[in-house]
Amino acid sequence: MTIVEQVARARASGDWSAMIASVPYARFLGVTLEERDGSLLGRMTFADHLIGNPTLPALHGGTLGALLELAAQFELMYRAQTLMLPKTITLTIDYLRSGRATDTFVRAKTVRQGRRVATVHAWAWQDDESQPVAQATVKQLVMGVIT
Amino acid sequence: MSTNDAEASLELLNAGFRDFIPHNRVLGFTIVKASFEPSFIIALLPFDERLVGHPDSGLLHGGAVTTLLDAAGGAATYMKIGSPVPIATLDLRIDYLKPAAGRLHVHSRAECIKVTKNVAFVRMNAYHDDPDDPIALGTATYMIGTKGQAVAPGVSP
Repeated sequence: MTIVEQVARARASGDWSAMIASVPYARFLGVTLEERDGSLLGRMTFADHLIGNPTLPALHGGTLGALLELAAQFELMYRAQTLMLPKTITLTIDYLRSGRATDTFVRAKTVRQGRRVATVHAWAWQDDESQPVAQATVKQLVMGVIT
Repeated sequence: MSTNDAEASLELLNAGFRDFIPHNRVLGFTIVKASFEPSFIIALLPFDERLVGHPDSGLLHGGAVTTLLDAAGGAATYMKIGSPVPIATLDLRIDYLKPAAGRLHVHSRAECIKVTKNVAFVRMNAYHDDPDDPIALGTATYMIGTKGQAVAPGVSP
């Protein structure tokens, strides 16, 4: 089954666990995904190998960036039936707080979906969604979208 | 200190950059070239099946490139500030010019352009082997002197 077929199946069933588990990099980061209240909620389960600053300790900034990008990609697959996987064009990450050695959650929202480009806002938090540790704006190429 | 001295201390730099930082270590990030003035480093990300983003294509996930750029930019900042104070990424902006091919390592060259009392300004790119054919371009700022201890004890020019 191709990834596009997997997206169609996940959209139909509302179960995104197999879909995210088929992405090796998501498995490596320990990212899982579930549909909740009409959007996708992602979770990066803490593991020692995600640490970037061992003395604080704090998560590696790259892991937060990757989590935000994954969330943005899946948001588009969740909202629109794509004929191809969205390709990231640009990614702008704001680091707001140090990511502690605990689980991190992520959610994303499509700001605008155009014919060729979609702009998605993603935010990651640990205890309190209103106090994000990082946020990102992701522009993705989405040729061949059927909404 | 000259570039040659920096080259001689690659082992020391990697002790701080790769061996001391768990996420860099698990990815095998390695500084292969370093210079204090201009303040840049070139880092290598070996290909790793675990970093694949598209099972169909075998292409590397963009997040792995993001992580490489963030880490390389931090290392370049240490080449400029020359003392092991803790730093933290403030923002990171990346343009993806083309997908990172599967089964290939990725290099990143990161240069710290300027450092003030509080902030370091960094430019970086990512490429397989030809710096003139980049996969991604990056711009980042790092906050200097954040709480905690240094994350790169190997850097002390």
